[in-house]
Amino acid sequence: MDGLLNVSSNPHIRSKQTTSSIMLMVVISLLPACGYGIFRFGLKALMLLSVSVIGCIFFEYLFTFILRKKPTIGDFSAVVTGLLLGMNLPPTAPWWIALVGAFFAIIVVKMLFGGLGQNFMNPALGARCFLLISFTSIMTDFNIDAMSGATPLARLEAGEKVDIVSLLTGNIQGTIGETSAICLLIGGCLLFLFGVIDLIIPLLYILSFALCIAAFGGYGFNFSYIISHILSGGLMLGAFFMATDYTTRPISKTGQALYGVLLGILTAVLRVFGPSAEGVSYAIIIGNLLVPLIDKITRPAYFGKGATKNA
Amino acid sequence: MASLTFRGGIHPFDGKDMSKDIPIKDINPGPVLVYPLSQHIGAPCTPLVNKGDHVLCGQKIAEAQGFVSAPIYSSVSGTVKDITAHRVLTGNDAQCIIIENDGMYDEVEYPAVKPVDELTNEEIIGLVKEAGVVGMGGAGFPTHVKMSVKEPHKIDYIIVNGAECEPYLTSDYRKMIEEPEKLIEGLKIYLKLFPYSLGIIAIEDNKPDCIKVFKALTKDEQRITVKALRTKYPQGSERHLIYACTARQINSTMLPADVGCIVNNVDTVLSVRSAVYEGKPLIYRIVTVTGDCIKNPRNFRVRVGTLYSKLLEEAGGFRKEPEKIISGGPMMGICMFDLDVPVTKTASALLCLSRDDVSAMETTNCINCGKCTAVCPSRLVPGVLSEHAEHFNEEEFMACNGVECVECGCCSYVCPAKRPLAQNIKSMRKIMLAKKKK
Repeated sequence: MDGLLNVSSNPHIRSKQTTSSIMLMVVISLLPACGYGIFRFGLKALMLLSVSVIGCIFFEYLFTFILRKKPTIGDFSAVVTGLLLGMNLPPTAPWWIALVGAFFAIIVVKMLFGGLGQNFMNPALGARCFLLISFTSIMTDFNIDAMSGATPLARLEAGEKVDIVSLLTGNIQGTIGETSAICLLIGGCLLFLFGVIDLIIPLLYILSFALCIAAFGGYGFNFSYIISHILSGGLMLGAFFMATDYTTRPISKTGQALYGVLLGILTAVLRVFGPSAEGVSYAIIIGNLLVPLIDKITRPAYFGKGATKNA
Repeated sequence: MASLTFRGGIHPFDGKDMSKDIPIKDINPGPVLVYPLSQHIGAPCTPLVNKGDHVLCGQKIAEAQGFVSAPIYSSVSGTVKDITAHRVLTGNDAQCIIIENDGMYDEVEYPAVKPVDELTNEEIIGLVKEAGVVGMGGAGFPTHVKMSVKEPHKIDYIIVNGAECEPYLTSDYRKMIEEPEKLIEGLKIYLKLFPYSLGIIAIEDNKPDCIKVFKALTKDEQRITVKALRTKYPQGSERHLIYACTARQINSTMLPADVGCIVNNVDTVLSVRSAVYEGKPLIYRIVTVTGDCIKNPRNFRVRVGTLYSKLLEEAGGFRKEPEKIISGGPMMGICMFDLDVPVTKTASALLCLSRDDVSAMETTNCINCGKCTAVCPSRLVPGVLSEHAEHFNEEEFMACNGVECVECGCCSYVCPAKRPLAQNIKSMRKIMLAKKKK
């Protein structure tokens, strides 16, 4: 025994899982939906996704470089944000929209608040809402060359019927990553199987949304109407990939349940009564802002609380 | 029947296969033995011997001071070399009696003991006190104090903690499989002290052979049951063991006796037995020497006072260069930087690891993943507590019930950002508990 020994406070062993490995699993789970987006919308979609991912990595590195901090891009969280942002862009958007979005997501929402784990809202969603407000016409233009037409949500709002099979496969108009419900479900299942998320938030989100749509949608318990609503727009993407974002969801299981229900109600209310057809982004962002409050009221009761002597 | 458990906990690599199938072996304690005067919770002992005195094996060399204290016995025969400061496990120097082993192992004549049935409760507790038995699970709380409950008729359960949930450790397993009858005899002493109690032998279900042996041995016992616990860390934590076995809960302000339970480590029960049946003091301890750096991992019956360096020698030395040496298990153990330290009554293992996870993994930002909250057996929010601890925010730390932490370390283990959560909470908790006492 020649060398010096390490000493530290216990425990002396650590699980293999790291932040990078978790983020990598999220990236893998997002790939089916991204792949479908590229298949359906072509190279334009690939270009937008690439610009958005590279932009996010670049801005994060730039920020740490300017502030002489240790680079944090190795944790893959910028890649996740980049993919999510790209998936939330319409395939018609120009390349600079992706770059502006990446700047807003990484610099304004994430890094200025202290980087990974410190942001109070989901960076990709923050950027999407910023773009929606600032460049409304670009962000809601879903007309691409051969295929023109309104998004399924707009058609639902107009009282038209939407084919559920196309909603599942993704043969509809929408942003790059939100169209194929099947691909998103596969991704969601992967996330669940990898142990990255549990299903409290997505299931309660979708369930409470369905109930609210049944209550306020104007069609009652019309099965195909409700299913069309669930499969349209950003709901699947939001429920599985954005509402479950670690940083911006409550920490306790009770809190998460409450959060899921709240998101469902908010989304339904925004979709039914709001001026625009879509409501997921704003619902999740409002939900994000309520998280500290939810955390406060759902603090778990400690083991042995209220125990009495000599039972 | 499904195994009993609690909510939370983790499943680390258990490493028990290295040492679990090899019988316990007695070892040569070496030429010099060191006896710290404080091997228990409570007042340190005062020496009864002087430099140059000749002592026998089993002779009392230090007397307990006050009620919460336990005497110390020599585990070899030889000469008192010195009474001086010597390095102990915590890394500090502490007052120790140092005895030169003459290699004869001449024993004192132990006083004849009456059959257990004829002993009164006071006599039993007296024997245990005199033998210097302390809680050998790690805390070192004098056992006679635990036995002296104000209202013995209110004790409903005597739980023998055979969970051994710490990875790598197999000493309790070996004792249970090698001397099951003695353990049951020890438990019966407790049942005699507490006439309305039931005995529970609680064993994790990764030791099915142990469970089978005890079930067979106790099938005609009215007052003893064997319970299988789910294999999970920290199943052997006192609070969570009580909950798993009886569905009763205690918090940091309570003792097990408050809900009618007494929990004892396997080795403690065996020491109580030899004190009462044979009148012998506590001078042995079973220690697991293991880890991927050890040539021949196994369990040893060690005379208290033996140096750790001697244990290493007996296990064949190192197979590869260790990066970290731990006294105890990898979850709760204490790091060592020097093996010239004595085995005390509360020692349990010498673990030598070639890889130190803690230094190999970089600490990054908390991502609020909630894994610490999901595994916390005390149902706290370790990530938040740790942040309050880092900022010395006493008020918030208390508001988040930081003192309820049992310091099991599950949060640090599971954290993907590799944050030292348990360390932060533990330090702050210590400060808060000290303040509370004032």
